[in-house]
Amino acid sequence: MSTEALSAVSNQVMWNRLISVVEEQAQTLVRTAFSTSVREAGDLSAGVYDLDGNMLAQAVTGTPGHVNAMAESVKHFMREIGTDNMFEGDVYITNDPWMGTGHLHDITVVSPSFFKGKMVGYFACTAHVVDIGGRGFGADANSVYEEGLCIPIMKFAERGAVDMGLVKIVRNNVREADQVVGDIYALAACNEIGDRRLVEMLEEFGLETLEPIAEFILENSYRATVERIAALPRKSVTNEMTIDGYSDPIRLCVRLDIEEDHIRADFSGTSGIDKKAINVPHVYTMAYACYALKCAIAPEIPNNAASLSPFKISAPEGSILNAEHPAPVALRHVIGHMIPDTVLGALHDILPGTVPAEGAGSLCNFQLSIRPQSGGNAPPDARRAEVLMFNCGGSGARPSLDGMNATAFPSGVMTMPIEATEHTGPVIIWRKELRPDSGGAGKFRGGLGQYMEIGTTEGHEFDFSAMFDRVRHPARGREGGLEGGATRFELDDGTVMRGKGKQAIPPGRKAFLALPGGAGYGDPKERDPALIARDVAGGYISAEAAMRDYGYKPKA
Amino acid sequence: MSDPKVRLGVDIGGTFTDVVLEHHGALTTVKVLTTYDAPERAILDGISQVCNQAGVDASEISSIIHGTTLATNALIERNGAKTALITTKGFRDVIEMRTESRFEQYDLNLKLPDALIDREHRYVLDERMGANVQVLKALDPAEVEALAEEIKTGGYESLAIGLIHSYLNPAHEIMVRDIFAKALPDVTLSLSSEVSPQMREYERFNTVCANAYVKPRMRAYLTRLTEKLAGIGTTAPVFLMHSGGGIISLESASEFPVRLVESGPAGGAIFAAHVAAKYGLGKVLSFDMGGTTAKICLIKEQNPKTARVFEVARTYRFKKGSGMPISIPVIEMVEIGAGGGSLASVDAMRQIRVGPESAGSEPGPACYGRGGERPAVTDADLVLGRLDPDNFAGGSIKLFTEASERALETHVGQTLQLDTTTAAFGVSEVVDENMANAARVHAVESGEDLSGYVMIAFGGAAPLHAGRLCEKLGIQQMLVPPGAGVGSAIGFLKAPFSFEATRSVYTRLTEFSPPQVKEVLAELKAEAGDFVRSCEPDATVQFEFRAYMRYVGQGWEIPVDLTQDEADAPTAERYQAQFEAAYANLFGRIVDGLDIEITSWAVKGSTEVPQPEMITTVTAGTAAETSGVRHLFDPASGRFVDAQTVERDAVEAGQTVDGPALITERETSIIVPAGFQASMQSDGCLLVTQTSPARAVEPSQMERSA
Repeated sequence: MSTEALSAVSNQVMWNRLISVVEEQAQTLVRTAFSTSVREAGDLSAGVYDLDGNMLAQAVTGTPGHVNAMAESVKHFMREIGTDNMFEGDVYITNDPWMGTGHLHDITVVSPSFFKGKMVGYFACTAHVVDIGGRGFGADANSVYEEGLCIPIMKFAERGAVDMGLVKIVRNNVREADQVVGDIYALAACNEIGDRRLVEMLEEFGLETLEPIAEFILENSYRATVERIAALPRKSVTNEMTIDGYSDPIRLCVRLDIEEDHIRADFSGTSGIDKKAINVPHVYTMAYACYALKCAIAPEIPNNAASLSPFKISAPEGSILNAEHPAPVALRHVIGHMIPDTVLGALHDILPGTVPAEGAGSLCNFQLSIRPQSGGNAPPDARRAEVLMFNCGGSGARPSLDGMNATAFPSGVMTMPIEATEHTGPVIIWRKELRPDSGGAGKFRGGLGQYMEIGTTEGHEFDFSAMFDRVRHPARGREGGLEGGATRFELDDGTVMRGKGKQAIPPGRKAFLALPGGAGYGDPKERDPALIARDVAGGYISAEAAMRDYGYKPKA
Repeated sequence: MSDPKVRLGVDIGGTFTDVVLEHHGALTTVKVLTTYDAPERAILDGISQVCNQAGVDASEISSIIHGTTLATNALIERNGAKTALITTKGFRDVIEMRTESRFEQYDLNLKLPDALIDREHRYVLDERMGANVQVLKALDPAEVEALAEEIKTGGYESLAIGLIHSYLNPAHEIMVRDIFAKALPDVTLSLSSEVSPQMREYERFNTVCANAYVKPRMRAYLTRLTEKLAGIGTTAPVFLMHSGGGIISLESASEFPVRLVESGPAGGAIFAAHVAAKYGLGKVLSFDMGGTTAKICLIKEQNPKTARVFEVARTYRFKKGSGMPISIPVIEMVEIGAGGGSLASVDAMRQIRVGPESAGSEPGPACYGRGGERPAVTDADLVLGRLDPDNFAGGSIKLFTEASERALETHVGQTLQLDTTTAAFGVSEVVDENMANAARVHAVESGEDLSGYVMIAFGGAAPLHAGRLCEKLGIQQMLVPPGAGVGSAIGFLKAPFSFEATRSVYTRLTEFSPPQVKEVLAELKAEAGDFVRSCEPDATVQFEFRAYMRYVGQGWEIPVDLTQDEADAPTAERYQAQFEAAYANLFGRIVDGLDIEITSWAVKGSTEVPQPEMITTVTAGTAAETSGVRHLFDPASGRFVDAQTVERDAVEAGQTVDGPALITERETSIIVPAGFQASMQSDGCLLVTQTSPARAVEPSQMERSA
């Protein structure tokens, strides 16, 4: 075998190794993190970069939203810190939404990696912390200044010594300070693990720098991605989707131009910046637009600077998908998670039989701010707590498969075990189970949403920060499939609540949620009767819905 | 009269039942077909054969160590008992909703695995425990009685009871059991607070469901087995190998059969670790391929890695998250549906698929001539010249080549317009690629690179495929130990009696009470010691002490090993120092100013395992005598080559065999690919080493699989 072939093999091995290094980096973050959003839900990402700040490999975690954002951010650090001001043992930090991953709650940590005294690259990681001060995680801020503490790009540690001044500032500005500070340490630790593994790899393969492997990775990824794009019909297509927004509906518009070696996605026509905190910085728009295109066109090519570069994403300045400082952006995910359905809908005209019907889209998250009951009759052990939960509606039906019940798409984070959640504060989750009849009917049925009921232990009251969409704009079916069930948010006495914003839950009351279902694909009348019978037996659809939507009569 | 120097190891696999008799230092082994309708029949048959061969009377056997994949197979093939789940109202779908995530982010056509128990068989009770051990909603006995009546009409054989927060307060689960035990005396019951008393409802509920699902069959089987053994005069106690690599009593095994999941493979890992110790190998990939599945385990420094949760029955390219989690102590490995009996088919995309469905032993692969009509991996192996039709399983099973050819032609060749040989090659290549891929994924998940690893291959089908697997993985050396065909069963005899006593006692270091800690550890030590001595009264028991610690607020504990002295004289300072050392070692940096908590304690008692004698390897010697020549298909070059055949028994220590070659033995054959050389070691192991650089690297290695 030729040396060329041999080095191709060892490059292949090293590429796989770099991917496993960042996977281990991410795993370390999960194991050492304090916030349930990181340790249970996997809302984090991790990656390794060359000396030019090109992302070479990224861990596949639950957050496509960090994909491009992470890819861009190291270059900001190089500019702000200055590479001649970087030393072994340094750790840098920021949570600037426009330098990091789109909102203050995501803290990004970057560490330079040294081998034999010389810098060889960078590790970066991002995690969603439970609190960052300000109004708390929610939709209600009018500018980013109200959303909490902003840490500019700066050193968290220099030559191994932590900046205790910064730690004090963080401690004094956030709720749940132990968790947040603990998470920052966890971020630093995870880069350190990445660094150790990288050094081992360089030693093992007798390399002094990452350059040769970087070139191999970037060239191969770029070529493979462009090949996929070249195989598509050269066409331009458009789609639009309207969703709830905060108080006024929001229109998301996209136009895709398939060119020979790239795809342009432009969001002109999309609604302007909203007054409330649902605006999306451009990095986050890029991430989810790219994600949708990659799923449909080049799913198995790993993410890195080169495999992402043929996807050129733009949105007009001042639109809700390219919000500029100081727009409030805390809930950028609620709108950002709707981008894939918008993009996939357009792709349906180019790749029929590939993309799913619309689904729940955004994660159905909420944050509870629990405190002792007011009026002085709270028990002595009553306490304050911030509790964040990630929950999912149903995904859209696929051209040949039902949608997935209560499963995140496009986000990939995990829900937290309710047993773990109940250890973090005096919250009680009374119900968390599938919501029958919420999956849109079709030849293939949309995924079911879920019911939840949330209260606290005695002596507490709480604010409920809602982050739901699809209350007035349920998921739309494809090729004759029907709509998915719409979101409902009520009190247990039937009082209807708003889909977004912080709302007080009176003592003794519970919050009731019906999370949305995915839409159906194809004519319901064409559904296999055996599948309808199974759905009725398991209670996924009621007998009435089977009759109404599918014309199904059970055999006597 | 039983003789302590006579012990028996029995491993029931999906296709074969392996029986190993150790008598005064000698080993006699036998392989018989697994008898599905009554697995004990094969064991009795095996015992009588092995005793005859060894000239030992069955009554001389002093103990029987038994492992089985019956439980695992029931979970993979979904053919366990008719089972219902009883759970807390509002949580009917925990086992179906899983983690609400997708284990593959970029596949739009992802299919999530079905829950073990269908939705219509999940019942709820209006009760609720809190996270602080408090009762939030008391359980009404009348509701439980009413549910028992409803359940009666369902015809269930087994019930899983999993209630929220029962790992903290099992009172409601116990109440359900007490009422059900009276109302439904014939139905077996499993409680999540006993099977897996750990936080996180999805893992715990799924584990109790799996226990309930396999319990009726495992219990009935173990009862029949002891009766039948008594019938042939064997009164030796039966012990069961558990998934963590130790041995437990028959009673515990009947109650918690989910602990037997992966017991056969655990025995295999112990076996490989034993071989690794003999050769002083630091990095070993153990490759165990039987009739139904293949198991791959990484063994570093001669210790198989253990975990507290593992996944069984992965459904999607062996990907993490695509199976079901079982939370019990276990030796970490991957297992995939790829064995000699795995059936091949062609899917809608005209791709050859192999497994996980298996022909098992009945009817078996087509070549067994027992009514099997679909082609299995063994059929492909036969057509490719890897097996001798007249000498399979020591000549006890006659193989019919024409039947293999017919099956491959009908089910693969005709659909894809391939000749029979190419169809067989396709089947073999697909199963080898599946296994190589599983090994790569597992290595990545463990942060390991396989180059520099040595493969230890055992299990009936492994030596036929190990050479090709080494080529695919870039592994340059493999060891095939003697008794490779019955490795797990030999491993059972090398395993210690061991028991891990655990308890959840939350302790913060700021509220550390040395007398309380000392007492907890002393009690656990007594419990573990008593258990081990109940298996072996005069044993010297070794103890390992461990605290699971974390910073207050973290979700995952790290194990912190404690010395006997630290267990006897605990202080907060010493424990903090141990924790910080372990934490820094794992994660690089400790966190300043946070309190540390201990969530649970474990004391493992085990009997001492004698250290094996070290072997000095030999690689250069005279060529062994050739017994013949066979047409053997060489997958790397894609054509038949003339391969020399050599009888393993005729090779003397220090002699070598150059590939392409087949080294035949009673239970299996070792394929030595071209460019590899086998050399016989002093302990009977064959060391197979790559002598010329790797041949053309297949494209599958160059691209990420689509």
